[in-house]
Amino acid sequence: MSRPFTPKILTANHLLEGDVIYLTSRGEWTQDLREAWLIEDEMEANTALENAQLHQDKLVEPYLADAVADAGKRPAPSHFREAFRARGPSNYRHGKQEHY
Amino acid sequence: MYRYSEFDKDFVNHRVRQFRQQVERRIDGSLTEDEFKPLRLMNGLYLQLHAYMLRVAIPYGTLSSRQMRQLAWIADRWDKGYGHFTTRQNIQYNWPKLRDVPDILDALADVEMHAIQTSGNCVRNITADHFAGAAADEILDPRPTAELLRQWSTDHPEFAYLPRKFKIAITGSPADRAVTKAHDIGLRLLRNEVGEIGYEVVVGGGLGRTPMIGKVIREFLPEQDLLPYVESILQVYNALGRRDNKYKARVKITVHEHGIDTIRNLVEERFKVQRKQFGGADQQMLCEIKAAFTEPNYINASTEAFNLTLSSDLTFRAFVETNLHPHKNPDYSIVTISLKAHGETPGDATSQQMRVVANLAEQFGHDELRVSHEQNLILPHVHKKDIPEVYFALRKVGLATANVGLVSDIIACPGMDYCSLATARSIPIAQQIATRMDELKLEHDIGPLKIKISGCINACGHHHVGHIGILGLDRAGVENYQITIGGDGTETARLGDRAGPGLSVDELIPALERVVDTYLQIRKDKSETFLETYLRIGMEPFKEALYPEGNRPTRRRHAAL
Amino acid sequence: MTTIVNDNGFSLDDWGPEILDWSSVDTSAIDPGVAIDVPNTLESEDLASILDQVALIRIPFPTHVDGRGFTLARRLRLLGYKGRLRAFGHILADQYAKARRCGFDEVEIHDELAKRQPESQWSLGDDWRRLDYQERLRHQWC
Repeated sequence: MSRPFTPKILTANHLLEGDVIYLTSRGEWTQDLREAWLIEDEMEANTALENAQLHQDKLVEPYLADAVADAGKRPAPSHFREAFRARGPSNYRHGKQEHY
Repeated sequence: MYRYSEFDKDFVNHRVRQFRQQVERRIDGSLTEDEFKPLRLMNGLYLQLHAYMLRVAIPYGTLSSRQMRQLAWIADRWDKGYGHFTTRQNIQYNWPKLRDVPDILDALADVEMHAIQTSGNCVRNITADHFAGAAADEILDPRPTAELLRQWSTDHPEFAYLPRKFKIAITGSPADRAVTKAHDIGLRLLRNEVGEIGYEVVVGGGLGRTPMIGKVIREFLPEQDLLPYVESILQVYNALGRRDNKYKARVKITVHEHGIDTIRNLVEERFKVQRKQFGGADQQMLCEIKAAFTEPNYINASTEAFNLTLSSDLTFRAFVETNLHPHKNPDYSIVTISLKAHGETPGDATSQQMRVVANLAEQFGHDELRVSHEQNLILPHVHKKDIPEVYFALRKVGLATANVGLVSDIIACPGMDYCSLATARSIPIAQQIATRMDELKLEHDIGPLKIKISGCINACGHHHVGHIGILGLDRAGVENYQITIGGDGTETARLGDRAGPGLSVDELIPALERVVDTYLQIRKDKSETFLETYLRIGMEPFKEALYPEGNRPTRRRHAAL
Repeated sequence: MTTIVNDNGFSLDDWGPEILDWSSVDTSAIDPGVAIDVPNTLESEDLASILDQVALIRIPFPTHVDGRGFTLARRLRLLGYKGRLRAFGHILADQYAKARRCGFDEVEIHDELAKRQPESQWSLGDDWRRLDYQERLRHQWC
């Protein structure tokens, strides 16, 4: 397990609302992937995850997901699953499509 | 229809209060997420990709108009104005908030409905033939047995924490419309040579990662032995089922690893003891339940109006050809309402559509509705004279699509648009296939052809038993679709055969079009269905259609699934 | 440390003698009144010959989602075991009624869990008997 570290975002679902949330660099949670903290350091990523796991009263199943920086240096998903999570379902505009 | 007893009402109300407390205890930290999860799942509550999802049981697929109206009201009040009917006779709401769920459950309890055991590693919602109580070929109505099993399995103290989920389906007709052979237990009601009622019991069927057709464990189980026998199967499974690997935890693997004969012997051994546990109260309950499932008060009237419209309206004729099924009363028909309008999401109904259907059931359908595992709605008892009026009312709200059993009547799981387990999307694939098939205007010529799509190996979309099955996978970060051909979910159940390497989204629709063209070219005549042609000729021509010379995807070795 | 939960509420363990591990038990030479820890994978028939001599059987629940102990408990009762039957480990307040209905007399939980899920969250007393479909379907019909 010595794969080189690639940038991550920390994401979870909101306990009460259920929706997708991301950790920002200010330590707050946002619903907008583009405001997420793109974590480029492995130690920082792991610490952020451990911290999040202590906040069960607010969120559910936090995890680190791969991400890349887009042209505007904001985080963008590197896998289609995270892209769907960020945007919403493809059959109705019930998600966050208006942001994208 | 069965109505709740005082006991049922008290039970469901108590359960809602209990869940309300569990939600509060999750929020205040008394329950960790790990501890809360199985409790919420056993009350139908998932956490999906974008939101919570509440799966509501429609036991044995039977609904009254009042219940359907309440489902519509819930969709408007707490969700986004629609619901999704699933392959196991449930309805799912995709956007509830955690704190609203107890209120939704209260609203369901008000109309004798619930979400109990629609998820979790327990005995799930019992499903039945969606034409139960109406089909011309029915031997016995399976719903009383299903209701008895519902009561028996509800909150069963021994079987709430099984190795894995446990699904039971039942049919009372020789034609199996409930996919009983792909269930953990499949029951077929029948009479023996001296006329006694009993069940053929099949165990160890299932789709998913390791698809299996169930095996007969008892050829004839007398009616009164049902509960102790099923309980014995569950006991053997709970003790023996694997807990080290969730992909090997279903009873189909237990049966496969130990062999059906060993399992049968263990079950029979336990059955000797279990049988003494039931002293007749269960049979008395069954009698009471049977009395609740009476035939409707059939109308005696001329069917002239039906014949007139049939000869004068071509679109009505198309509807009649595909969406009607023979009723045990020759003046009646079973009307299937397709939730597969071309280009729409399979199984979805808006609250407005639900209300229209409820009104039609009340006005023309003896107040009964059914939900099918094929994600359609059914008016089980409509007098033929009323069918034209029903048809025109359905047409106004986009519910008169004449495609039941045809290539655009696609089963599709929610896939990666909603489901957190999915590896690829299903819904857009179904939408694209249906749209394309509608453009070609060939589907009535093609005839019966069932396409079933799953967005992951768990196979909620039953792809293994689709005439054409499509499985969405994630291949190196790209959605990729594997095709199987020749599956069958009926009494002649068989698993589809894998055609070859997976296809990309862009390759998929043209490839399927070529498969359908090939069938049209090689079938003996119009009476030979797609499945019959496949069984006669085999994979080769279809493989060539999927992967034409010069256009073959490079074959790669896939990692074992 | 652990807490015992029974119909009367929370208490400390009142069982004094040692509880033997099943692997050290010789079923052909057993002392009456013995207490045994059995694995939840045990074939209940293995215990059948000594059930009338055992005073306490403890069945583990390694996690709250492992339900083997429920079936084992019920089997032991059906085989005629009359002694004390205890569920030990990760059992939630929400599972108490199920444990009682399967034949357990009591539940032994770690103090961390007892603190998080205090006595008021357990359906004690007669509560666990309420609204039981099984009881309705099983009794003798006359």
